[in-house]
Amino acid sequence: MTQTTQRPLEAGRIGELVPRADAPPKVQGAFAFASDLIVPGMLWGHTLRSPHAHARIVSIDISEAVTMPGVHAVLTHDDVPGAKTYGLEFPDQPVLAIDRVLYYGEAVALVAAEHPEQARRAAERIAVEYELLEPVADMEHATERPDLHPDRPTRGQHGYRDDDRANVVRHMVIRHGDPDAPGDVTVSGVYDVGIQDQAFLGPESGLAVPDGEGGVDIYVATQWLHVDRAQVAPCLGLPLEQVRIHLAGVGGAFGGREDLSMQIHGALLALHTNRPVKIVYNREESFTGHVHRHPARMWCEHRATREGKLVNVRMRILLDGGAYASSSTAVASNAASFAVGPYETPNALIESTVVYSNNPPCGAMRGFGAVQTCFASEAQMDRLAAALEIDPVELRLLNALKPGDVLPTGQTIAGSMPVAETIRAAAALEPPGAEALPRDPLRLPGGAGNTTRGEGVRRGVGFAVGFKNIAYSEGFDDYCAARVRLFPDGSAEVHCAAAEVGQGVTGVMLQVARTELDTDDVRLAPSQTSTVDSAGSSSASRMTWMAAGAVRDACRAALEERDRRPGEEIDVERIYRHPQTTPLDPETGQITGERAHVAFATCAMKVVAEVDVELGLTRVVWIGAAQDVGKAVNPQQVEGQIEGGTAQGLGLALMEEIQTRGGLITNASFTDYLIPTALDMPPVESVLIEVPEPDAPYGLKGVGEPPTVVSTAAVVSALRAATGRDLTRVPVSPDDICL
Amino acid sequence: MRISVRVNGEEHQADCWEGESLLFALREKLGFPGSKNACEQGECGSCSVLLDGTLVCSCLVLAAQADGHEVTTVEGLAQGDHLHAVQQAFVDAGAVQCGFCTPGLVVATVDLLKRNASPTDDEIREALSGNLCRCTGYAKIFDAVRLAAAGVGWTEPAESGAAGFAGGESGASAL
Repeated sequence: MTQTTQRPLEAGRIGELVPRADAPPKVQGAFAFASDLIVPGMLWGHTLRSPHAHARIVSIDISEAVTMPGVHAVLTHDDVPGAKTYGLEFPDQPVLAIDRVLYYGEAVALVAAEHPEQARRAAERIAVEYELLEPVADMEHATERPDLHPDRPTRGQHGYRDDDRANVVRHMVIRHGDPDAPGDVTVSGVYDVGIQDQAFLGPESGLAVPDGEGGVDIYVATQWLHVDRAQVAPCLGLPLEQVRIHLAGVGGAFGGREDLSMQIHGALLALHTNRPVKIVYNREESFTGHVHRHPARMWCEHRATREGKLVNVRMRILLDGGAYASSSTAVASNAASFAVGPYETPNALIESTVVYSNNPPCGAMRGFGAVQTCFASEAQMDRLAAALEIDPVELRLLNALKPGDVLPTGQTIAGSMPVAETIRAAAALEPPGAEALPRDPLRLPGGAGNTTRGEGVRRGVGFAVGFKNIAYSEGFDDYCAARVRLFPDGSAEVHCAAAEVGQGVTGVMLQVARTELDTDDVRLAPSQTSTVDSAGSSSASRMTWMAAGAVRDACRAALEERDRRPGEEIDVERIYRHPQTTPLDPETGQITGERAHVAFATCAMKVVAEVDVELGLTRVVWIGAAQDVGKAVNPQQVEGQIEGGTAQGLGLALMEEIQTRGGLITNASFTDYLIPTALDMPPVESVLIEVPEPDAPYGLKGVGEPPTVVSTAAVVSALRAATGRDLTRVPVSPDDICL
Repeated sequence: MRISVRVNGEEHQADCWEGESLLFALREKLGFPGSKNACEQGECGSCSVLLDGTLVCSCLVLAAQADGHEVTTVEGLAQGDHLHAVQQAFVDAGAVQCGFCTPGLVVATVDLLKRNASPTDDEIREALSGNLCRCTGYAKIFDAVRLAAAGVGWTEPAESGAAGFAGGESGASAL
């Protein structure tokens, strides 16, 4: 189908409002998502998953399954030709379960068949005998239970603090100043965050195509092509060159596609059958088939002077990493690094522990540890404001970080850090006035389901501030490659493996190339592993920064090369790195170089909410956000990130939780796991604060995560104001707000 | 079984297993992958199509039920290079991020504006509350609906189910 329209959609330079080039095909249903791929002779793959949270596998019998109609292959761990385990950071997860299962939904066996229903039915005939084991389901007692991973994959040469307790994935401590320093006033609290799911709409999908020479091409929805390849190839027993990974259309990601889903499974089936194999998860399988946001419990104590200056922040953070490590070590560190919020404190003691359990594996989700601690620390700031009888906004301004201040890790803030400006801008936004009663039930808390005339409706205004790092931290070699080809006819082609997951990075790369090359005649080549080096992941609010840097550098190098060889075809590849970070000291959590984090972005948010305190129903009426964006590369897309990121935080505040019973997920559907609908989202007014980041291309900052970090805290702040309740757990339940 | 369905004005036939949904048949058998498979249980609206002019989740309709009926999918809304007014509004308003929910929302918006040419904000929210979007927070989708409604040459869809095009030769209204 044609993708043209009347307007020159692909025009646009840095800072201009540019319609997305992928929008016309997407509105016509012509954009090929991973689940849309079809090739002749294709088989359908299906994954048999564990119905238990913790069990020993006594036996697996595939004899009946292989005889089922349409079945071409039934594979178990015996059929994995290379490494039997993989993992994003530590290879602790079996490709297919070997002698035990550690979580509900763990992959046990694979089937390829002519029709997806045949594959599902054959999988049901695989006879797996399990011996049930007691699950480690309570993170607070995980360290008292037998080790789920006796070999402790995260111990040893990883630079983490030694901790001999069982099931500890990582334990870290940040000691800053005098951790015993007293204040005039102390407030304390314990806060809980439930398990949130990314709930991207495009389920995990991909197509694996054997090349006839022992290698395989995998077309998949992912966030980082090259790190997928680095995990897939060893398990297939193949050199990297024989595994080519291509980005297929991605239906949202939010961290949930950082870990592998169908990549190895599809490739195993394709190589085994010598046929292309497509795997598409359904919604239930998607809920069990990817990592979630870590549930957390946080014990907090804030000490301050009578004037409201923070003196000492003490926090203990416990995160449940679930069955496998995924990116838990980095999440635990991020939770600790941003625990205090964007405030200066001369003293702090922050302890962060993430444990293994038999609960669903947790890993990356938008906000990456900062969401949980922002909820706790912003509740503490409100508590402190109440104890001191200071306006909550004033208290935050009094403590706001600024360039030159020192973080609890000892890092001096060198770049852009307009926290106070961001707070003032959000505080200055005027919410709409209270609506009179009676009114259309659609505008009552609970919407049309409300059974009152609104007699019990109370209104509250909340405020919160959140921040987090941009790009990878703690010494990770974070880079992005881009390749630029210039043709004699004046046109240009850009290659970059950056994953377009909906955030708009393809548009950013085109904007950069047009700006640098001063031409509109630029096209973007498909993202794949075989034509360009790694771009790193579309995560950590890093991809716009990194891809802009890489494409900029490659464009400038290409122009220089063209000056040397005019009239010839030019083809250059450049690697961009942000300023190098260094690890934190494993014992003190203090920086070992100039910085552990590259840069920071802040979002401040004001929320108006109504609560029907008779029914326990809520309605978020209005949200005003101000965000520190460095430079808005494409203002329309930046607003879209703020609005969408805010919605995900609102979901965690009010409704979203993966519920488990003994490790078993009980709500793996959109019927039972609720995400905000068009009726749940209020208008979001956003202000963009542009203070250029000196170390970033064009002064930009990543914008995806800060609104999600803060909105949970801000929404609950408004509910507290409306109800007077403490509300120490999210999602808030109706029981919590019935008075 | 063999089914005959009129999709976007053209007759199509496919051999289907009795348990297949209309969504599966459209996507995998009939060559219309535009309708999306986000939940396949009628909760998200990503598979929305018009079945004999009525908005339905195609995942909740058996392919066999559509035998002898008429289906309009998101692929049937544009006319050649010209996007439907609703599609153009989604592009212009920035209502598209990952785009997985977009086909369903476009079809649902076409259905809304067919019934109510100038919906209030509450009517828009109510009408689209069966279509989940995880990327946008809906704000720019509402903008798109308002833009399409304010629009540039919106007319009732013609009998074929494909009308209301934006952007004629001059870039202005074609209708």
